[in-house]
Amino acid sequence: MKSIGKVNLRIQRFDSKTDSAPHYDTFEVVTKPGMTVLDALFQVLEKNDRLLAFRYSCRSAVCGSCAMIINGHPRLACNTQISTLSSPIIVGPLPHLPVVRDLMVDLHPFFQKTESIEPYFQSREPYPEKEFIQMPKDRAAIDSAIDCIECGACFSSCPLTWTDPKYPGPAALLRAYRFIADTRDTAKVQRLRAVGCEDGLWRCHTVFNCADACPKAINPTYFIQQLKRGATKVSMGIK
Amino acid sequence: MLVTAYEQVLKRKIKVYEEWFVTSLIVEKGKVEGVVALSILTGELEAFRAKAVILATGGAGWTYAKSTNSMINTGGGMAIAYRAGIALKDMEFVQFHPTALYPTCVLITEGARGEGGYLVNSQGERFMQRYAPKALELAPRDVVSRSIQKEIDEGRGVKSAYVHLDLRHLGKEKILSRLPGIRDIALDFAGVDPIKDPIPVQPAQHYTMGGVDCNAKCETFIRGLYAAGECACVSVHGANRLGGNSLLETLVFGKIAGEQAGVYAKNTSSNGNEENFQQALKSEQDHIKHFFEGSGDEDPSLLREEMRNVMVDKVFLFRTKQQLVEAFEKVRELKKRFNRLRAIESYRICNLDLIRAIELEDMLALSEVIVASALNREESRGSHVRLDFPNRDDSHFLKHTLAYRTMDMPRIEYSEVKIIKFQPEERKY
Repeated sequence: MKSIGKVNLRIQRFDSKTDSAPHYDTFEVVTKPGMTVLDALFQVLEKNDRLLAFRYSCRSAVCGSCAMIINGHPRLACNTQISTLSSPIIVGPLPHLPVVRDLMVDLHPFFQKTESIEPYFQSREPYPEKEFIQMPKDRAAIDSAIDCIECGACFSSCPLTWTDPKYPGPAALLRAYRFIADTRDTAKVQRLRAVGCEDGLWRCHTVFNCADACPKAINPTYFIQQLKRGATKVSMGIK
Repeated sequence: MLVTAYEQVLKRKIKVYEEWFVTSLIVEKGKVEGVVALSILTGELEAFRAKAVILATGGAGWTYAKSTNSMINTGGGMAIAYRAGIALKDMEFVQFHPTALYPTCVLITEGARGEGGYLVNSQGERFMQRYAPKALELAPRDVVSRSIQKEIDEGRGVKSAYVHLDLRHLGKEKILSRLPGIRDIALDFAGVDPIKDPIPVQPAQHYTMGGVDCNAKCETFIRGLYAAGECACVSVHGANRLGGNSLLETLVFGKIAGEQAGVYAKNTSSNGNEENFQQALKSEQDHIKHFFEGSGDEDPSLLREEMRNVMVDKVFLFRTKQQLVEAFEKVRELKKRFNRLRAIESYRICNLDLIRAIELEDMLALSEVIVASALNREESRGSHVRLDFPNRDDSHFLKHTLAYRTMDMPRIEYSEVKIIKFQPEERKY
């Protein structure tokens, strides 16, 4: 931990209602031990510019609200320590999503993809009298996929989502995997058919940007490849 | 759980108004008719008609400078109910978690002690031996919290600020397999690897046991208005919540509130008159305009900081009359200073300055209620510990506190406690 010092924060500014192009403002931030980028943004908001716009909620890396580009990498502002970054710290909104203002992007394109894969448990009736039982080893197969916090970092850094508007992107496919690999869900085949098309799974060119971007250290590319294997089997009638 | 709820919302195609901030309830003749809300993204204020309204806004953790809560837990739902004339019940009962990471207060789960972690003071002593010789680190939260605070207060804290949660003896393998999340938190937020070094921890506000006064059907005194979860006070936790019981409050009472509100909405007609709606909207518009036109010189971020600090300094784990009186005076002073606020930025889109000013006004009202309720309860019970009244006093205080809003300070009343099965007993560990 560095002791008290100063660092420059260069923040991309843009208002979708009034500006034709973004610009950068630089602020000097007084640092203290343990300070995160989110703390620094609050300092700017309180001391320098009351109009700075950004999202926040849990400040402990579980809600996914504060995903942004920090020194060129998609990160969560709340769990990125200032002391690990070189100055000036350059902060901007997630790319390839419409910017509402400053660091706040319109996440609707991202959430629409999640919706498109019908991300809810489906099981044939009759339901068990109590809960659906799942063994720890079966749960282990989806542990990592369940860790997704829907921050949008992978979606906005995937070159295939940039070029193919129909492609669900890494987070939505990861969520599809979460249900397909869940022993309690019975819609596996329909789900695989739904995502097993040209604009679906096969659009993934294993660029691995998503794995690089994920603040929860999930590797969506790996799971998408698992889905490709499953979809191939389904299309060939292999169980 | 949050994700599952979101999935069910998608499945049922429920319309969600995302990033809308509710500023007040619309009530007519004791019946809720809707809410007024501010769109964070556009800055527009709108009146929504609703036959039934369920408050589910969580606790008021950030009235304290140290809290494990999300930063959005500023008690808005409690504040709007309070403004609508509903009592806030048992607000003096605030749960403090023993192990919040120093300095950010990110939660270090009980599981870390459950797996066998030790609490150690600056002298390297496993001090829980002195406070709870049998249960040690696994004593209830309030006992461990007070023990840690006592170590810090008596000069045995590390850097006078925290104690150590030592997991090293569990070994790398167990830490990686059983507590990977804790290791990530310690690494990301404190730069400490629990495999090699002890984690710095301190007590911090964790849960608001009190809240919007409601019954076991989640009904409030306003017809059609329900409250569920941490913002509500059905009083399932009494004066001291047990770990895990917040799930009870969300899952069980969330379901009950939903069912009750559904039945109520089906059997009621929305007949709120338009004039009342326009008036409610106008009143909120005026309130926000008032913020924009502020001509004072008080800085809201300074007021927020002073409020949060006084709550930690004087309304924390150990309370005394003198400290509570001082805290009460301080909160009253902050409320007065809030009336002399500088002009809030009048920008429309994503105006954090405005949202945070509204939240601060709410938190000042809630802090006043917490302090007043704590001051009036001259006994120690559960999470509420008065050094000047160290014992539980059932003859005078086996009752719920109800705080009502008045033009001046909160009016404190009491209501009877319904005891069904378990009589209150002294706890020993």
